[in-house]
Amino acid sequence: MADQGKHPITLLTGFLGSGKTTLLSRLLAHPDMGETAVIVNELGEIPIDHHLVRSVDERTVVLGRGCVCCVMRGDLADELRELVSRRSRGEIPHFRRVVVETSGLADPAPVLYTLLTESVVKHHFALEAVVTTVDAVNGAGQLARQPESVKQAAAADRIVLTKIDLTSSEDVADIEQRIAVINPVAPLLRARFGDVEPALLFGGREPDPRELELAEDAHADDVHAFCVLLDKEVDWTAFGVWLTMLLAAHGEHILRVKGLLNVGDEGPLLLNGVQHIVHPPQHLDGWPDEDRRSRVVVIARGVRRADVERSLAAFSRAAKAAA
Amino acid sequence: MCVLCGTLLSDHWAEIAGGRRARDLRVRLLNRVLGYWGLSLADWAGAIYTIRDRKGRSVVVQDVGALWTSAEQLAGRPLDPLDPGLLAALEADG
Repeated sequence: MADQGKHPITLLTGFLGSGKTTLLSRLLAHPDMGETAVIVNELGEIPIDHHLVRSVDERTVVLGRGCVCCVMRGDLADELRELVSRRSRGEIPHFRRVVVETSGLADPAPVLYTLLTESVVKHHFALEAVVTTVDAVNGAGQLARQPESVKQAAAADRIVLTKIDLTSSEDVADIEQRIAVINPVAPLLRARFGDVEPALLFGGREPDPRELELAEDAHADDVHAFCVLLDKEVDWTAFGVWLTMLLAAHGEHILRVKGLLNVGDEGPLLLNGVQHIVHPPQHLDGWPDEDRRSRVVVIARGVRRADVERSLAAFSRAAKAAA
Repeated sequence: MCVLCGTLLSDHWAEIAGGRRARDLRVRLLNRVLGYWGLSLADWAGAIYTIRDRKGRSVVVQDVGALWTSAEQLAGRPLDPLDPGLLAALEADG
């Protein structure tokens, strides 16, 4: 997914004590994870040796009248720029990949905003994936009581369920069920003592939204996922107007938008947004199968699928009439 | 950067593709939507947009991302794409 010539960045997030540092230290010991630079803003107790580790303070710059998620993390941008310049001066060894570990209470959106919009950062780095750790012992309570924990899970491209050796298989099944309601599009990996194959974290197949059984209506007032399927081609201009308006009006309650859009080209357009922050859409070379329907998964609270579907159809119709 | 007005040209994700034709369609669609709340929108040199209300007050915005907050302030009420009244009006376009 990372752009050619840019260093892939993995954002590692997860609530306090959910096992981020354990996962990271185990990952870094894996032969596939050589030449990795690590930036953490909360140094864990487990030492990470033989790697570049930089610690950053929580320094934020609020831009204009930006919302909570569209805040530039100046500290992170400075650290990433510093990594590039120190390497070019030969002060640190070559690195290929960067892992940014957030603090346990961090909303991942400002970090993503910084990675996607800061001009020097986006020139040198490309966000590859958001990996979120969820603790099988305390995760259910955190997801119920801590909004940041839900935001971290919703933003994930991969979720690692940690500490499964410390709880019963019933508790593991319960939390997996809750995670499947919040973010069914992120593959869920189980980790014992932080052991996860890097290939599964950075590759692997993502669930097909058409195959998900989403119990949307039962959870409409909680954070839940639903999928909008569209038979006809989507006009990208109309879709852009509609989605920017939807995120402006309801962005606080829409934690994630992810999908494949049929915009009439050979391959689909890959759409991925976290809260108000939308990645630059990517054209894929081809479709995964014969089905050319657009599919958009929305993770939201208090927003219903039927309303979203009707709205998108009405905007598409208006665009057709205006064309 | 636009050499005439000094404005940074938009690289908003919703405006990257499609060029002039997409921009013209965007302006027509935005007028259709904003018109429901008594607002109108004009393109300025393919670089920025101006939004006006019926009293003649106007505001300049950079791109479709920044547009909604300013339009909402001008309209004095929330602009919701799920508003049943707006949707009924758009559905009547045929």
